[in-house]
Amino acid sequence: MTHLPDAPTPRRERSYTGRLVGLAALTAIVALLPLFLPNAFYFDVAIRIAILAVNGVALNLLMGYTGQISLGHAGFFGLGAYGSAVLTTHFGWSSLLALLAAAALTAVIAWGVARVILRLRGHYLAMATLGLGIIISIVLTNETAWTGGPDGMPVDGFSLFGFTLSGERRWYWVFGGLLIGTVILAQNLIDSPAGRALQALHGSETAASVAGIDVGRRKIAVFVLSATVAAILGSLSAHYSGYINPGIAGFMQSVELVIIVVLGGMASIYGSLLGAVVMGVLPQILAGYEGWDSVLFGVIMVVTMIFLPRGVVPSLTTRLRAVRFGRKGGATC
Amino acid sequence: MLTVTNLSKRFGGVHAVQEVSFTIPKGCVYSVIGPNGAGKTTLFNLISGLYTPTSGAIRFEGQEIGGAAPDTLAKRGMSRTFQNLQICKNLSAIENVMVGAHLTLNSNMFAGMFRWPGLSRADRTCRERAAALMERVGCGAFIKADAAAMPYGALKRLEIARALASEPKILFLDEPAAGLNHTETHGVQTLVADLARSGLTVVVVEHDMKLVMSVSDRILVLNYGRRLAEGAPAEIRENPDVIAAYLGADAEED
Repeated sequence: MTHLPDAPTPRRERSYTGRLVGLAALTAIVALLPLFLPNAFYFDVAIRIAILAVNGVALNLLMGYTGQISLGHAGFFGLGAYGSAVLTTHFGWSSLLALLAAAALTAVIAWGVARVILRLRGHYLAMATLGLGIIISIVLTNETAWTGGPDGMPVDGFSLFGFTLSGERRWYWVFGGLLIGTVILAQNLIDSPAGRALQALHGSETAASVAGIDVGRRKIAVFVLSATVAAILGSLSAHYSGYINPGIAGFMQSVELVIIVVLGGMASIYGSLLGAVVMGVLPQILAGYEGWDSVLFGVIMVVTMIFLPRGVVPSLTTRLRAVRFGRKGGATC
Repeated sequence: MLTVTNLSKRFGGVHAVQEVSFTIPKGCVYSVIGPNGAGKTTLFNLISGLYTPTSGAIRFEGQEIGGAAPDTLAKRGMSRTFQNLQICKNLSAIENVMVGAHLTLNSNMFAGMFRWPGLSRADRTCRERAAALMERVGCGAFIKADAAAMPYGALKRLEIARALASEPKILFLDEPAAGLNHTETHGVQTLVADLARSGLTVVVVEHDMKLVMSVSDRILVLNYGRRLAEGAPAEIRENPDVIAAYLGADAEED
């Protein structure tokens, strides 16, 4: 057959070397950052950013890559946190066992819910996940006997083999390592046949199913995966902060995660990291102005949707590439 | 290979396909023609599992497949393209073709996350095969392109490459030449003939009569959802009903 003229801008392959450079940069930042952090307060901010980043990456797998929205993701974070807190405090379970049990329980709940709500699309799915998050947050608030209600409850430190993890500096390495590990696993997944299947069903469910992809099962799997990651993070962060209240599972927390994904860039791992940095640092800068951070979050969301609808990182990489190749071409990264 | 018996599909009061029966023999090129709205695409959607039949039976290699999901049918060896393209524009061109090879790869999520031994190698082989398929269908110039940046004609070929990537036993092409110019249509014609020669059963819905008459072994003519005629191209060309309904009515139809 005759060849068609004018091939568009060559797409830069998601090359292995490119990935390694990004990963080396991330590792260097995580490793060297402590040198520039003057006291425990800054370590705490860095840890909270890492938690947001891991959560953002996991939610991006669901939202950015698979195209399924979740407005209740903080709910799963809360389930993990309270699961660990209740099991260690009321039942005397070991931290690790409690973490695993809470993650497994959250996975089962997410699976049961996903089977029902992932049949919905677009706004309907958004509403269903929103409701789910609110339900979890209400249960955590009202089950006073177990959770301490709105006042929250204390959580013991994370102990393993007689050693108790404590102090911001030690926890920093745990969450830093978790962040790097998550980025590696997420990138592996995206570049694998399974990840391609997820992106394919985002692009066209019809095409995906005709290619043999069980669309329903895939959506459920990625939903459960990202909920379980949130639960594990919830457990760890409960142990880290030593105290939790139902606010961690609240609607604003879910919205914050969505902003991280949308601001940084749908279907962009490093975008989520950038989004997490912004969302982690802003509240600290605005600490003196109670309530104004929510207003600013709203403004950021609106400005992003208008000027960088694909998010900061994908939009910028496209522009850089356009400069390099002298014309515009679509890109995801 | 594929036997359809008294197949019907109703959308509310509309009988899109009514009591249609036919048999597609193995290894031939089978065409479905008919005026716009005759039910050709509905028929394709019924066979490929996108619609559930209201009544009737579809048997593929002796087994009933009516109402089975598209991904189940893909496992059985069925693949198709779409009249109104179904391209994943969030992926690159070659990744679209690799999606077609989904069933030939280990697509477990954990295997992907932890780079299961052999997975990367299998994926690299798959990428090479996908590139070869793109060359074969004539969109080799777009191997490094994003799907979103490709022109219409190339996307039609990309869909064929994706459908072939699953190594199907039977391939359904829904208007492969629609919107293509004369040279491109000729290219599709050569490709279909080439595929049939390799032993693949090809089913084509097409309006381009020259293409249909030249590549088909057998032709099914639909009109208002009903079977009007079926036979070899020469018989169809002579059939008075077909001439009245379709071939001879070109002037008033358009």
